[in-house]
Amino acid sequence: MRASLLRSPSPLPGFGLSFGIMMAILSIVVLLPLSALLGRGLMIGPADLWDMVNSRRIWSALELSFRAALIASVFNLVFGIVLAWVLVRYRFWGRKLVDAAVDLPFALPTAVAGISLTALYAPNGVFGQALAPLGIKVAYTELGIWMALIFIGLPFVVRTVQPVIEELDREVEEVSATLGARRTYTLRRVVLPTLAPAALTGFALALARSVGEYGSVIFIAGNIPNLTEIAPLLIVIRLEEYNYDAAAAIGIAMLLISFAMLLAINLIQIWSRRRIGLV
Amino acid sequence: MSDITFIRAESVTTEPRLARGLLIGGTMALIAVLLFAPLIAVFAEALRQGWAASLDALASPDARSAIRLTLIVAAIAVPLNAVFGIAAAWAITKFDFRGKAFLITLIDLPFSVSPVVAGLALVLLFGAHSTMGAWLIANDLKIVFAFPGIVLATMFVTFPFVARELIPVMIEQGRAEEEVALTLGASGWRVFFTVTLPNIRWALLYGVLLCNARAMGEFGAVAVISGKIRGETTTMPIMIEMLYNEYLSVAAFSLAAVLALLALVTLTLKSLLEWRHADVLAATRRH
Repeated sequence: MRASLLRSPSPLPGFGLSFGIMMAILSIVVLLPLSALLGRGLMIGPADLWDMVNSRRIWSALELSFRAALIASVFNLVFGIVLAWVLVRYRFWGRKLVDAAVDLPFALPTAVAGISLTALYAPNGVFGQALAPLGIKVAYTELGIWMALIFIGLPFVVRTVQPVIEELDREVEEVSATLGARRTYTLRRVVLPTLAPAALTGFALALARSVGEYGSVIFIAGNIPNLTEIAPLLIVIRLEEYNYDAAAAIGIAMLLISFAMLLAINLIQIWSRRRIGLV
Repeated sequence: MSDITFIRAESVTTEPRLARGLLIGGTMALIAVLLFAPLIAVFAEALRQGWAASLDALASPDARSAIRLTLIVAAIAVPLNAVFGIAAAWAITKFDFRGKAFLITLIDLPFSVSPVVAGLALVLLFGAHSTMGAWLIANDLKIVFAFPGIVLATMFVTFPFVARELIPVMIEQGRAEEEVALTLGASGWRVFFTVTLPNIRWALLYGVLLCNARAMGEFGAVAVISGKIRGETTTMPIMIEMLYNEYLSVAAFSLAAVLALLALVTLTLKSLLEWRHADVLAATRRH
């Protein structure tokens, strides 16, 4: 009966059962493990945690993970909006195929993407050979990490922006044109602000995914300490040394920075929604 | 007259012909380089020494045990996540209670946690040095570096898939149909199986499809918790890494090609579902 204080009455049955199953699985799979991680951090204590994270190798790794994720996600933000626009507004041969293929990075396992990108961009690969005369090295450099993160983050913005473009009212664009706005001005001042909240959602999802990405990156990165070693890899290395405290410290640092970034993006999103008068 | 206005309206709400051509050409060229090239490369590398070498590699005991393990893990983790998704969607959409928004945030949480951190968290909870781990050892149970750990890690990374598809669909469909069925005397389970389930089946299938693709391909979380014991805890993605690091390129890419084929099947089924059942799935795409 205590439940009735917390929830409004409903004639439908099964609240206890469904809520119970949900909480049991949520706790075992997600909440308890994450609490164990945070608990480990509390046991170590903030001062020791800081000491463990505060080394050049770890800062380089964290910085690299977040910088590469940011660069790749910004690319995917711009490219995703343009691609979504092209897929919704234009009609051309192969459109449906490309529309379906956009989700490939969701379906293709990251390890597969990783070895395949490495095969393409390695010095003896198809793209690697083509880029070598230009003096561009992709595999085993930071550029390779960008390519891997662009691959895995590609669908997010497209998929969040696409439904919004489909529902855009063309009359608004007509009105803007009637009032004398050039097409570029209409796109910039009328269309883009409407897409902004959805695009930011996609950007945040892509960013969160890329920051923690491991499988597709480690093959192409070369994994040179201080240069192309990403933070998740450093966790794996510490775990293989059975240094659980150090691994937990890096894991907690990654969690905290991720959440701070997602919070910031949420705030920007609320601000951009208010600005165009939604909500 | 009306034709003329139509043409004019059309031309002011689209870009000039040249710009359209450039945009289509540019985006398609990028798609070819960024998406299609890696996909083609998987098959090209797998068949570098011909079909026979590729098929031989897949017939090796290591490859076969990896394929078997991946199938078994998915066969356990995916249905469990489907049960979770249905239970969560039922509790969240059919009842009003406090803290609902927070609960949805918790369900989405695994999407913003690195798979490696997920694996680490599971190792810290169930590993030998933890309280839980000590108890598990005393009772001769193994989770870390063993099969149950792989299932848990897989469930963690695929956690929100089914629930995320079902919740928007069930919110859109409301509660009226279920309430009518109850009034007419149907039992709770009967209401679920004859009213709710038919309404959500396509969204459920959609979620299960995505969940399965990710489950079979998960690498980071499984790499951490499996301990990579050859022939015992090596799933297909882990085996691909091992073979690749041993410079057995054809074997690695052959196994990768199997997963890539699976990805293509997933994409095809997904597109079919989207075209056939756009009305139901529209609710999930809007969120």
